[in-house]
Amino acid sequence: MSAAVMSSAPTRSGPGLRLTLALFLTPVVLWLGLLIVLPHIDLLIMSFRMDPSFGDQGWSLENYHQFFAEPIYWLTFVRTAGYSVLVTLLTFLVSLPVAFYVTKVVARNTSRFLLTMLLLPFWVSELVRVYGWMILLRESGVLNHWLMALGITGAPVEMLYNDATMIMGLVYTSMLFMVVPLVSVLESLDDSLIEAACDLGAGPWTIMRTIVVPHCMPGIVSGGIVVFMLTLGNYLTPNLMGGKNSLWFTEQIYNQFIASFNWNQGAAFGFLLLALSSCIIWLGLRLTGQKLSRVVQ
Amino acid sequence: MPTDISPATPPAVSADLSVTRLVKRFEKFTAVNDVSFEVERGKFFSILGPSGCGKTTLLRMIAGFGSPDSGVIAIRGRDMAGIAPNRRPANLIFQHLALFPMMSVAENVAFGLKRRGMAGGEITRRVQDVLERVGLPGYGGKMPAQLSGGQKQRVAIARCLVLEPAVLLLDEPLGALDLKLREQMKVELKTLQAEVGTTFVYITHDQSEALVMSDHVAVMNAGRFEQVDTPRNLYRRPASAFVAGFVGETNVWSGTLEEATGDAGLVRTDEGAVFRARVAAGLARGARVDMFIRPEAVLIDPDGATCVTDGATDGAGDGGDAPLPVRGPCANRVQVQVQAILFDGAASRLLTHPEGSRREVMVALPQNRLYDHIRPGDRITVGWDDRAGICFAAGSGR
Amino acid sequence: MIRSLPRSRGYTMGYGLYVTLYFVFLFAPLAVTCVLAFNDSQFPSLPWKGFTLDWFLADLPARTGIFHDRGNLSSIFTSAQTAILVSVLATLVGTCAAFLFEQEEFPLKGALYFLMLAPLVVPGVILGISILIAATTAGTFMEDVLGIDVGILRPGFWLVVLGQFSFITTFVTLVVSARLKKFDRTLEEAALNLGATRLEVIRYITLPFLRTAIIGAGAVAFLMSFENFNTTLFLVGSEPTLPINLYLQVRDGSTPVINAISFLLIVGTSLVACVNLYAGRRTEVSS
Repeated sequence: MSAAVMSSAPTRSGPGLRLTLALFLTPVVLWLGLLIVLPHIDLLIMSFRMDPSFGDQGWSLENYHQFFAEPIYWLTFVRTAGYSVLVTLLTFLVSLPVAFYVTKVVARNTSRFLLTMLLLPFWVSELVRVYGWMILLRESGVLNHWLMALGITGAPVEMLYNDATMIMGLVYTSMLFMVVPLVSVLESLDDSLIEAACDLGAGPWTIMRTIVVPHCMPGIVSGGIVVFMLTLGNYLTPNLMGGKNSLWFTEQIYNQFIASFNWNQGAAFGFLLLALSSCIIWLGLRLTGQKLSRVVQ
Repeated sequence: MPTDISPATPPAVSADLSVTRLVKRFEKFTAVNDVSFEVERGKFFSILGPSGCGKTTLLRMIAGFGSPDSGVIAIRGRDMAGIAPNRRPANLIFQHLALFPMMSVAENVAFGLKRRGMAGGEITRRVQDVLERVGLPGYGGKMPAQLSGGQKQRVAIARCLVLEPAVLLLDEPLGALDLKLREQMKVELKTLQAEVGTTFVYITHDQSEALVMSDHVAVMNAGRFEQVDTPRNLYRRPASAFVAGFVGETNVWSGTLEEATGDAGLVRTDEGAVFRARVAAGLARGARVDMFIRPEAVLIDPDGATCVTDGATDGAGDGGDAPLPVRGPCANRVQVQVQAILFDGAASRLLTHPEGSRREVMVALPQNRLYDHIRPGDRITVGWDDRAGICFAAGSGR
Repeated sequence: MIRSLPRSRGYTMGYGLYVTLYFVFLFAPLAVTCVLAFNDSQFPSLPWKGFTLDWFLADLPARTGIFHDRGNLSSIFTSAQTAILVSVLATLVGTCAAFLFEQEEFPLKGALYFLMLAPLVVPGVILGISILIAATTAGTFMEDVLGIDVGILRPGFWLVVLGQFSFITTFVTLVVSARLKKFDRTLEEAALNLGATRLEVIRYITLPFLRTAIIGAGAVAFLMSFENFNTTLFLVGSEPTLPINLYLQVRDGSTPVINAISFLLIVGTSLVACVNLYAGRRTEVSS
């Protein structure tokens, strides 16, 4: 492929230029071809085949049929999708006031410091953060210790392993990916627009609704896409903070691959998850008229 | 020097805006230092000063962005202390206009009316009205990004005018335009203001904008008002060295006051030449002075021409106390050598040196063909009236 | 509501309170984890039983500090090896990709660029399973058809490296591209004009300009690799990386050793993060 591409590059001639093009193109094509394109094609192929231990049975939709036939599968799928949307929404609601405060309200030199503080926890491994929540919230955890010491509760309360805690954990994990794009669009919002709106008679809520949120739309979309994608594909947080019966779809995939060793079924699940995430991202971009290449930057 | 309004005087009824002894300090410096002024209803008032003189801070305080440390701002006689910007009958045109890029022209203009809870039909009607008035009929559906610089300007004005504010505040709105458009907008703004009759308070660092458009101009420097006057008087009768240097072009001669009687005096320049000039109050014999003389007041070959000098004061003139001119011989004259001819159409000048001196003296070069014979290196005589130059204490303009 | 607008007391205080709570929320789990690493107790929980460094240094039957915990130490070592390899590879290929997309023109560039962005929107779990499947297919093919047993294609160290490399490279590409966009191309033209070859231009003009961005991207790549869980989960063999190893321990109950490891991770990553932020700010200022 690369040879054909090279010889047909007419814009800049000369052997030196072709050499650098080949030099740059080869590793990139190898990377994307072997590690992105091929594996996903393989995933798709595998999802349309049956478990080879029963002998090769050719193409089949059985894996997808299984998904719809077994309520636990598609219920988990719908649940995961729904909760991911909810988490994205909550993350936005929690993050916007903070991003606004850091960029627009607080004095400029404090703003730098606060921003650094906002980013710092997210450099730490997700596992460490989840673990922190676990020792805070569990029955023998720090919070229960304090609640009992203050006499608010008599007996320890199990605050882990339920949906609410899991959602909180997912919001916590995702906040950074919402705050950063929001801060960057808010920094580009000229203060005089807010002042002008106020000068023309608008109150804080109106300014938020008519000026700030419309201006932030690109940041909201890119933050939303990343948060949604990461939440949908999260395994750690639902697995460690969610209850035993609060299944996440990634856990189903894990079970098929590692526990049941049914890779074909797992591949079908994986493909469904990929399709869902692509669909919602596409929808989000479509509804707000944005381009992926712009959103990721 | 600040205009003299004692804080006890209640604002005159006809004043749309009255500012009394306003002070604003930031950590290190005083941005606005004891400023008082009044703007009568329907007038175009400008505040002219170099960047950093405090004019933007002053304007923003009138709009309600930032509160003064002391002093009173009253709009139509009502004290504005503690009133938020969105409740003040004053609207601000921002330096970069601050049109909302996510809204159409009509939505921009309707923004303030909607905030007042006006009915939709009424809003549409008023928006159309005001867009017509600023010369943009049918532009309601466009987005700000589709407009030219001048059109954006007009939308910003329409967006404020539609609210019928008592005072319209303008923060150097012409600064971002190119020269040609700026000239055009100056005239447009002036006519628009005369048409709608709204009181305008305009700040700028561009003296031409201030002089062309305003009824009254305040020259601001380092937080204080140096002079509040008509454009003509600012130019002819500057009250301080700063005003003399900032408004219009000027030559400066440093020297010593030899004689002073009333406002007339005799100056001996450091080169030894002696000139007659007006003298600012409070200067005594022997004082070090700077004498300011405008290039256009310097006449080439004064024997063949006649100087124009101030005569009796005409109280009813449009310039207030500007004296009527009378003709007479030029009292001051000096031999100079032409170093260069700076041709610039109507603004052409000669760059000259007085004999035996390295001081540069600019002389206006009228393009009436009378002086076409002048070449670089020529020695010529220039002269000016004894009341054209004005002396202030040396260094007081800096 | 913003700096220049007057605000009511209630509004200011309410808003300040919200932001304070947010920061408490942000730091609570990390702070608790760190503090309990020094509690003289068998469990990572209160009450406080006194300060101890046992969970770092002890080598007793009841307590094994992290510096004597062979399992965890070897997983840290594995993670470090993986992260170094991944960050070097990703930085190399990512820089190539940045040059390719910013400075070269070729057919199908748009499509290839879109493909380069794909790992951003593909969940890590799916990247993991698809690479697992592809590697297994390739391995089976090699064995059945060519009769060669290729160890690299089985779950283990090399597959983890490949899996992490596949998406971390995208981040490196974006970081280096962002810097390359600010590069003044007339500098290159001047160098070419003075007789340099294209490769010399890159070597002496462009790469020095990109140096801080490349180092920063490498540091981020190292951290991302060191901490990766989702993709690694499916590709890991008999030598678990640190996150996988910790996950297995957390899932089956916890000891303060985990707190001790977390403490070291928090301190370490904070240092890297601070250096990175500081360096990034300096280039921002100087450019």
